[in-house]
Amino acid sequence: MNYTDKLENVTVLGAAGKMGSGILLLTAIEMADLSLKPENKGKHFVINAMDVSSEALHGLMKYIRAQVLKAAERKVGMLRTVYANRTDLIENSEIINQYVDDVMLLIRPSVSIEVAYHSTLIFEAIKEDPDLKVKIFSNINENNKKSPWFFTNTSSIPINEIDTKAKLGGRIIGVHFYNPPAVQKLVELIKAKTTLPELEEFVLMYAKNLKKIVVPSHDFAGFIGNGHFMRDAIYGISEAEKLAKDSSLAEGIYMINKITQDYLIRPMGIFQLIDYVGIDVCQYIMSVMNPYLPNEDLHSNLLDKMMEAGVRGGQNSDGSQKDGFLKYDKNRPVAIYDINKKQYVAIADIQAKCDDRLGTVPATIKPWKSVVGAPNKEEIFRTYFADLKNSNAFGSDLAKKYAVRSKEIGLALVNDKVAFNEKDVNTVLLTGFFHAYGPINDYLN
Amino acid sequence: MRKKVYMVAGYNTISMGTGRKEFNPKKERAGLEELIKEAGQGVLQKIGGAKNVDESVIGNFIASRFNRQANLAGFIPYIDEGLKHKPATRVEGACGTGALALVEGIKSVLAETADVVLVIGVEVQNTVKAIYGADILAAAGWAKQRKDGHAYFFPGKFSDRAKAYQEKFGKDKTRLAMATWYKNAIENARLSPTAQEYHNTSTDPHKVAMAEPNPKGFVDSLNVFDCSKVSDGASAIAVVSEEGLKRIGIPLSEAVEIIGYGQAEDDITKDPTDPTRLETTSIAVKKALESASITKEQVGTVECHDCFTIAGIMAVEAIGFANYGEGIDFVIDGNTSRTGKVPFNTTGGLIGWGHPTGATGVHQAVTILEQLTGKAGEAQIKISPDRPYGLSVNMGGDDKTLTAIVYKKA
Ligand SMILES: NC(=O)c1ccc[n+]([C@@H]2O[C@H](COP(=O)([O-])OP(=O)(O)OC[C@H]3O[C@@H](n4cnc5c(N)ncnc54)[C@H](O)[C@@H]3O)[C@@H](O)[C@H]2O)c1
Repeated sequence: MNYTDKLENVTVLGAAGKMGSGILLLTAIEMADLSLKPENKGKHFVINAMDVSSEALHGLMKYIRAQVLKAAERKVGMLRTVYANRTDLIENSEIINQYVDDVMLLIRPSVSIEVAYHSTLIFEAIKEDPDLKVKIFSNINENNKKSPWFFTNTSSIPINEIDTKAKLGGRIIGVHFYNPPAVQKLVELIKAKTTLPELEEFVLMYAKNLKKIVVPSHDFAGFIGNGHFMRDAIYGISEAEKLAKDSSLAEGIYMINKITQDYLIRPMGIFQLIDYVGIDVCQYIMSVMNPYLPNEDLHSNLLDKMMEAGVRGGQNSDGSQKDGFLKYDKNRPVAIYDINKKQYVAIADIQAKCDDRLGTVPATIKPWKSVVGAPNKEEIFRTYFADLKNSNAFGSDLAKKYAVRSKEIGLALVNDKVAFNEKDVNTVLLTGFFHAYGPINDYLN
Repeated sequence: MRKKVYMVAGYNTISMGTGRKEFNPKKERAGLEELIKEAGQGVLQKIGGAKNVDESVIGNFIASRFNRQANLAGFIPYIDEGLKHKPATRVEGACGTGALALVEGIKSVLAETADVVLVIGVEVQNTVKAIYGADILAAAGWAKQRKDGHAYFFPGKFSDRAKAYQEKFGKDKTRLAMATWYKNAIENARLSPTAQEYHNTSTDPHKVAMAEPNPKGFVDSLNVFDCSKVSDGASAIAVVSEEGLKRIGIPLSEAVEIIGYGQAEDDITKDPTDPTRLETTSIAVKKALESASITKEQVGTVECHDCFTIAGIMAVEAIGFANYGEGIDFVIDGNTSRTGKVPFNTTGGLIGWGHPTGATGVHQAVTILEQLTGKAGEAQIKISPDRPYGLSVNMGGDDKTLTAIVYKKA
């Protein structure tokens, strides 16, 4: 396998989407950096930005230019060396602009799938639809004489299944980026039984150059990240529904969201996270995973009802949060959707009552923001969880149960041979979900 | 000096930029016009108005690029209609511009072509990101060296100096001295309401400044705390003769007398002969002290050009307060702090007060005027009778365009 040769002609499918745009950005930069190396002079690099939405491609090119500019500004020191022989480029501004041009020159936006027929590498980030993915892969594979490699970003579909159905002969591997790919450090790497070893070798090098943290996952629907998140979400939803029995659903959601954010010291509560990912996306991923889980029903009626009511969360194109379980004002939750009443209930109206019910908060609790980067966070968590353990307040009990469940889910992932080991589960939660501590820990022992 | 020359009626705008609470890079703020007007009017109010001014000098490094504006003398009448049709001159000497503007005023008074000269320095630099500002400021060096220079051209130059100094005199001790310099700067700036670091709340600035440099993200031997920040600001002062002083009605007690100055220029196309020394600085200071007929031991306070902490330390040696290689000890031992033997940069200097490049030399004069006349407010230091003089040292480029001025209470 020659790393550089493989990258000479690349296609990103679904390039204008959330994941595709990031993958395109990172890969185009990697390719430009290769093309600027003296030994690659004369080589011709192309990256096709393919998407069915012409309009979205328009916005994509603007987005990519702006992001490349930022990247160039950050690494201008390195770029000065790269362009050292270009006597016409003197100032940082000239060097930065040249680099932006050099990256943009590699990118060819297109709405037709045929561009992929000439590529040696295909990154795929179209919507999570197994039949569509298989159809597109077979089409490309039949028409492309270069035996291309397929890198799919699927969040939940077993790679082996795509390989078999699309007849790719092992030229496929799961390269599961996290959203947004340009920022998130984590990449889950999923080999099917049939995956050719060269593909893994390539991805490891590619990920290293992109400064990503690679966690391998077994080829099991949902992999590690969604394997944990979806179950965590289902648990959160059922807990909220339980609480709703002697209050209202809005109150239940408020309390569980608070427990998962504040008491468990996570970057956001579980309902906010569902909104962030998108209620539609969660529902869909669960539906893709569920058939593979004979002893479990990964399905939520509440998510179905939310979808029926047209409340789906997700993000606007400017990155701001759309309303879902929670309603947002400048990305801060202000109200909670009550599906039974089909309306949002202001947090201000229920907060006092709910907080009162949750009871006294353990004294050593700290906001996620203040501990996530703390050098002594291990110590902080030990102290806090010891405190939590000793507290009999209603909220503390909910939190303890939640933490135990989260750990159980993590351990099951190892047991069921989804994750290779416990550390990998923790790494995924730490890097892909920005948790401040891994779910598999002994804080509550 | 063949004639008595005084400075009075100093005025500083806020040094605006990161660190100030009011600063928001995305919001509009005072530009060249507003700052020139604010500083100019600040002085005019104290000296009885524009009618008393014979001529004006405006110092600015490089508005042509930061603000797409040249011909800055044209903003002098914008300060006050009374300045219309009076002489005005713009001067430039990179970061040493401000003191050149002062000297221009001093020379006019000495030449008896003016009795009251309004001197302003101004720079507005927050118009571009730092990485592009570095391109603009690189013009203080030789353009033909830009291509081979660091992305952050001047931090790169002084990082090289710091490295050479550290190799010769010890890395750890030099870092300690640089952090001490930073701490002093912040402590002083917190006492000066117009300082860029006035709002700095760090509980341990010394510790902060001990950070290891990050060669990948910045430069080899300096961290960001070793560098003066990007600033917008203007300072102004009046340079007057004895007659001028009478005309504007300001008592001697509110004036400083300029008893000497020295200028020195070095070849911009040449690298420093010895990167561990500020040779041109030492020559300018020597000339200034000789012209004032005083010794450095009589100097009670100094405003030096600490565009980088290492430049401050090297200035201590160039002036002669410490022997070569011992500036670090001198600083670590507290001699340059506000309660030390010779308080340096008592309103924060370039690191703490800010460095609106073309204004800095004028700001230095305003600080010394305030200190020697007891008008420095919270930042006031004690001036001992056996060390009654003030000294300012303003530098353009990498030890190229130097001006040192000696002041005493009138
Ligand atoms: N969003 C996430 O958090 C996330 C994280 C990891 C993985 N993923 C996975 O990445 C993939 C893409 O998800 P997304 O969130 O970026 O979705 P998205 O809806 O933002 O983007 C999908 C893009 O694919 C385009 N597209 C649809 N059909 C196409 C076709 N036939 N040919 C070419 N382009 C087509 C759409 O126009 C859209 O631009 C999915 O498999 C998803 O499971 C998503």
